[in-house]
Amino acid sequence: MSLEMDVFVGNTTLIDEEVYQLWLDGYSDSPLTGYGTIQTVDNAVAKREQGGVTGGFVDLLLSDTMDQYRVFYRLERLLQSPDKLSNQLLFQIPPSMQSVLFERYYNFDEAFVRELLGKKLSKGTKKDLDDISIKAGVSLRSCRRQFDNFKRVFKVVEEMKGSLVENVQQHFLLSEKLARDYSAIVFFANNRFETGKKKMLYLTFEDFAFCAEQLIRSWTLGAAGSVADDMDVDLDREFLQDLKDLKVLISDKDLLDQHKGLVCRGVRGKMSTHCDIEGNFKGLSRGLVNIATKLMHSKDVRDFFIDLVEKFIEPCKSDHWSSEDVQLFLLQYTTSAHALGTFRHQVLWERYMVTIRSCILKMYHD
Amino acid sequence: MPGKLKVKIVAGRHLPVMDRASDLTDAFVEVKFGNTTFKTDVRHKSLNPLWNSEWFKFEVDDEELQDEPLQITVLDHDTYSANDAIGRVYIDIDPLLTNEAAHVISGWFLIFDTIHGIRGEINITIKVDLFNDLNRFRQSSCGVKFFSTTCVPWCYRAVAMHGFVEELVVNEDPEYQWIDRIRTPRASNEARQRLISQMSGALQRKLGLKVLEMGGNAVLGYLQCFDLEGETGLVVRAIGTACTLEKLSGAQPNILSSPQREPKETANPEEVAVNNQSSGSSSPRKIQTFSFSPPKPSSRRSSSSDTELSLTPKTGVGSGSGSREANPAKTLCRQLTQTPFDQREYPFFTLTSFPPGFLVHVAGVVSARSVKLLDRIYNPDEPETRDAWWAELRQEIRSHARALGCHAVIGYSEHTSICEEVCILSASGTAAILNSRLLADASRAPAGDVRPWPGGSERRETENGRSAPRDGTGPEDSLLQSCCICHVPYDELNLPFPMQLALCASCHLNKVPDVLFTTIELPHSLAVIGKGCLIQARLCRQKKKAQGEVNAATISGLLPFMEYELHTQLMSKLKLRGMNALFGLRVHISVGETMLVGVASATAVFVAALPPPGSVTVAAKTPEPTCEGHLATLQRHIDDLVARNRQQYKIILPERVEEAAEPSPEPRHLRMSRSQSESSEEMPDLDLAHGRKDAFVIEIDDVDAEEDVHMLLMDTPTPPGFYICNTETVPGVRRLTSNLQMFTAVRMYSLNSSLTAHALNRTFNSLCDNLLKSLFFKLRSMTPCCLCHVNFSVSLPEDELVQVTVTSLVAACARDSNKDEAMGGPKTEQLRGYLESEDPLQFPLELTSEAAPALSPSHSSGRAGTVESRTWPSLDDHVAALAEHLPICNSLCSMEGIPGLPSRGAQGTEMDSPHVELRQRHRSAPSPSPTLPPPIVELTPLSFVAGHHVNKYLGIINVFFIRETTSLREEGGVSGFLHTFLIEVFSMVRAHVVALGGNAVVSYRLKECVFMENLNKNQAQCLVNVSGDAVHVVCESDSEVDLQGASSDLQACPM
Repeated sequence: MSLEMDVFVGNTTLIDEEVYQLWLDGYSDSPLTGYGTIQTVDNAVAKREQGGVTGGFVDLLLSDTMDQYRVFYRLERLLQSPDKLSNQLLFQIPPSMQSVLFERYYNFDEAFVRELLGKKLSKGTKKDLDDISIKAGVSLRSCRRQFDNFKRVFKVVEEMKGSLVENVQQHFLLSEKLARDYSAIVFFANNRFETGKKKMLYLTFEDFAFCAEQLIRSWTLGAAGSVADDMDVDLDREFLQDLKDLKVLISDKDLLDQHKGLVCRGVRGKMSTHCDIEGNFKGLSRGLVNIATKLMHSKDVRDFFIDLVEKFIEPCKSDHWSSEDVQLFLLQYTTSAHALGTFRHQVLWERYMVTIRSCILKMYHD
Repeated sequence: MPGKLKVKIVAGRHLPVMDRASDLTDAFVEVKFGNTTFKTDVRHKSLNPLWNSEWFKFEVDDEELQDEPLQITVLDHDTYSANDAIGRVYIDIDPLLTNEAAHVISGWFLIFDTIHGIRGEINITIKVDLFNDLNRFRQSSCGVKFFSTTCVPWCYRAVAMHGFVEELVVNEDPEYQWIDRIRTPRASNEARQRLISQMSGALQRKLGLKVLEMGGNAVLGYLQCFDLEGETGLVVRAIGTACTLEKLSGAQPNILSSPQREPKETANPEEVAVNNQSSGSSSPRKIQTFSFSPPKPSSRRSSSSDTELSLTPKTGVGSGSGSREANPAKTLCRQLTQTPFDQREYPFFTLTSFPPGFLVHVAGVVSARSVKLLDRIYNPDEPETRDAWWAELRQEIRSHARALGCHAVIGYSEHTSICEEVCILSASGTAAILNSRLLADASRAPAGDVRPWPGGSERRETENGRSAPRDGTGPEDSLLQSCCICHVPYDELNLPFPMQLALCASCHLNKVPDVLFTTIELPHSLAVIGKGCLIQARLCRQKKKAQGEVNAATISGLLPFMEYELHTQLMSKLKLRGMNALFGLRVHISVGETMLVGVASATAVFVAALPPPGSVTVAAKTPEPTCEGHLATLQRHIDDLVARNRQQYKIILPERVEEAAEPSPEPRHLRMSRSQSESSEEMPDLDLAHGRKDAFVIEIDDVDAEEDVHMLLMDTPTPPGFYICNTETVPGVRRLTSNLQMFTAVRMYSLNSSLTAHALNRTFNSLCDNLLKSLFFKLRSMTPCCLCHVNFSVSLPEDELVQVTVTSLVAACARDSNKDEAMGGPKTEQLRGYLESEDPLQFPLELTSEAAPALSPSHSSGRAGTVESRTWPSLDDHVAALAEHLPICNSLCSMEGIPGLPSRGAQGTEMDSPHVELRQRHRSAPSPSPTLPPPIVELTPLSFVAGHHVNKYLGIINVFFIRETTSLREEGGVSGFLHTFLIEVFSMVRAHVVALGGNAVVSYRLKECVFMENLNKNQAQCLVNVSGDAVHVVCESDSEVDLQGASSDLQACPM
């Protein structure tokens, strides 16, 4: 006796979240291409068995897993265009189950996204996914899904007006948290920030997501009050151009000394005793201002984070500053500039430094 | 020219890309009705075109309106080559032809292509202006309402029942026409779909005409079937129950509440003749066929009835005072009780549940089968042969019913199984006596002059009238109300075969049979003990390949044996469950090239009025010393099983001391195992004997029989938290709170026909069992739930292939009330002692403290058994199989605890279930708007939606889909292909219902699921027929209260 056909179809599409997760995690031997074909689900079944779903009824598991996988393969097309899922008639899915479907489908592994962050979402990158998959310890199948999700979200929201997060949330019916993460991924991919250097490996996806949010909030076209098409995705060019005016803070010797004096006075007694502010000030200030002035070149925009690490975070770390020290210093450094009589770019400075400050504080850890 | 059909094409969406170059489509729509076609403009380069067309108007006969489907074709415009069809929508406009159903059909329909499946959606609005046709000779029957539901629909009142209507139309199957050789598969499929649609339209119209002739206005229990005979043609046949319905004002459920005095029936001279005939039919041959002891039918057609009934028609049905007067004179009485209804050709009802008071007695199952050789139908307009075949069968059913002393057959259904040129026709129903006054007399009552059914106040009187002539005791007690259905309608002195009648356990006045088999739903008034459950008898028989007459003769030779064996299995399983009645019995026998397969499904219950089943014992015909120990082991397993079942189904027998005083006859069979029971010595002799007087004996005379017993024991036990039945609701389960899921599961196995007969049978049995197991597994997170209306159908599509299709509704049920649980404590104690006594009938009056702990896990005794009997190789397997029961129960329990799969049972609150959503939807529904959110459409095989009531019937849904693929592998193989198709079918039905303004389909059936494949050619084809009643339901206002009650129960008794 052999089972030739085995199908279970419900009027309402109810999914088993556990099996769904296995599917998303790439527990399938089916070829990576080809829609709707399932060769075997042996490793998914094995996984479920390990989880102790039944006391050794492999055939039950196999049949159940196959049924669920078939549904997932059919749903996949709809999951990729969520606007269709809401008004399609083929599947009757309770709304709560719909949100579970989307949320899980668009969920990603931080290890994987960390590897991918700032890379161009191109065919070339897709070809490198095997390496990334091994590095991140995520199955290739799952990597591909995540990569395609990033790319899809990117394509849809890239040219949209309005808030990036809201766009993602509305268009892909995701939770706010996930929408924020996607905004960060889109933002990084669009600006191609370098995040893969060895020095930066200590930074987590969450750090970058936070920074992205800061940048979107104050450095993009949207932040400048524009309602252009891609207002949240592209940095405000005008602002970046203007940043070169900050050069005066380091090029003008008087201004530099004055600034240094103000900062040193301001933090005296408040920072840890071992901090050598006198000695470091010039280097740090030059670092920060240079980053600002370089941002008009898009190639240097890419190096924004690495510059922050190299020019500011590393010197501070080598001097054993605590993050409180850094916070105090940056606060003083920002406010002191306002007291400089000859420094005219107060608004610009504020816009630049508020973001820099919160980014550095987020990134300042081991 | 009495009708104007108006159609407007509004828009399309999600259309497929037809032009690869632009990734877009230039779509337009053709609207066709009859021979008239209209076209919309072409909407260039859009996948979501907006046509907003004018109203296309068709001026047509109402006959055409009934027959023809509206055919909407979406095409892709192509300037240079022929336009490509994207897909089609067929819409039956019948619901618009009655003034009470839908007024407009409007909404999104799914565009379906027989090769590509669903290809986008189209928004259509349809209206009909109907002018009344008063022509007496009209051929149309607009206005007759059709219901698939097999009871009086909600919000209607049955004013009169006119009885059985049937019709049959025949045509050539386009698939087998010569032209099929040159046309594309798509064209052929479409021709077939269109033809079937037309045929079922015409069939409905013709049946409607018959109903009008009878003076009715509706058909209940409408059952349409397709016989794909192949070369010889395509038969569409339908049966139903004609009646006159009256709409109740307001949406209150159907309660017959208009007591109105009925003119007394007058005796008709003709009736006497009829009656004489019926008593004359009780020939010896019949008696044999009807008994459940081994019949030896030699006739080519086999027939059987499953109940023990005498053949003398007893006075039974009384029309009030009339029968009372007639008490002394039997003949006169018979005259009076015979209503004109009896003169009808077929006193049949396709209904399965009846208004209170309608059913007087239920006698038992009557069935008839015949084997026919298909021949070419030369004149499709006069399908005489097919008509004659069915007429023959129906006559036989009628004569069976008469022989059982009954004048009617209820729960009647017909069924065919075709293999090549051989066709098995089956008909079955339940012989019954109905309250004759409620039947409309078609000959005398012209349309319009109909008498309402009497209400509850009259009902009791009717029953009293009935009881009076029977025992001469007079119309004394009202207790009778609930149990009279079971009372045998004949004389105990005149039993046609050895059988046992017992005093009714409820009223102690009338006689009842010891078991009752029926095809109907459990009547609401009938008291049951414990819970009901599904039981199945399964059988697979090999047969030699043969042709023509020889083949037909072989099959008809095998049929009676199969029926007998199925019956024996059912009986044994019934006894093992400790129950005494079957409802909803369906016996399906399918024929294949080399096999015959039979599956009998029914819901077993313990009816309080019937005597408790005796113990089940194993006996050997030739006692050999070697097998004694073995038999003892077997006996122990059986006892354990019975005990477990009783516990599971909460069958707690009422105490009856007075009955124990009855004289105790000898056990009728040699009982090998008696000496083995440890506890028997403790029991007083009297009680022992009492328990054994109707012991059910399973005889073992050879190894084969032994295997059969093992098979009985190996039945998958229903895991905790599940109830399963094939009736609408599980007997004994308080109420269903909400629908959780309706599903169809299809499995196809290839059997190795080189197996021995027994191995084959065992394989078939286990594959059915496995299917059930897999259902329990899949639905594990929904417990506690009921699998209602489980419909098993088995077919043999090809050599060595068995296809099993199961459709069922999973509904959440309220837990046992607190009261029940509270009583459970002491009762369990009693139960234990009582189980331990090894005699199911024995209810210990005093509980000894030793009795309780002795109830050790049942399979430990099984293990002890293996040691004893190594000489029996098969037993080891058997014990292993028994032991397997426990793991599955355990695993199913433990599954509940898995994170991510919380079950209501494990967590103790409903909110943890993955289906909370569904429930909340139901619960929250009433307050803002009393409807379900529009996208959710319930499909249910039941006649109601749990937790809701129907407030409008929108018309019958009866659709036929064909799907074919030439890229089977790419679509995921046979499973993938069928999976997709079923999803498509469900969605098309849902879309249709929404367009009619409904939100549910009740009495939903997936009747035909014919699957053909050709793996070598990478092809497969599947045909599906779906029917049901589109309805609009609203949430019951009191459901919240009930749910609250249920949840407090949950907290009180977490599992």
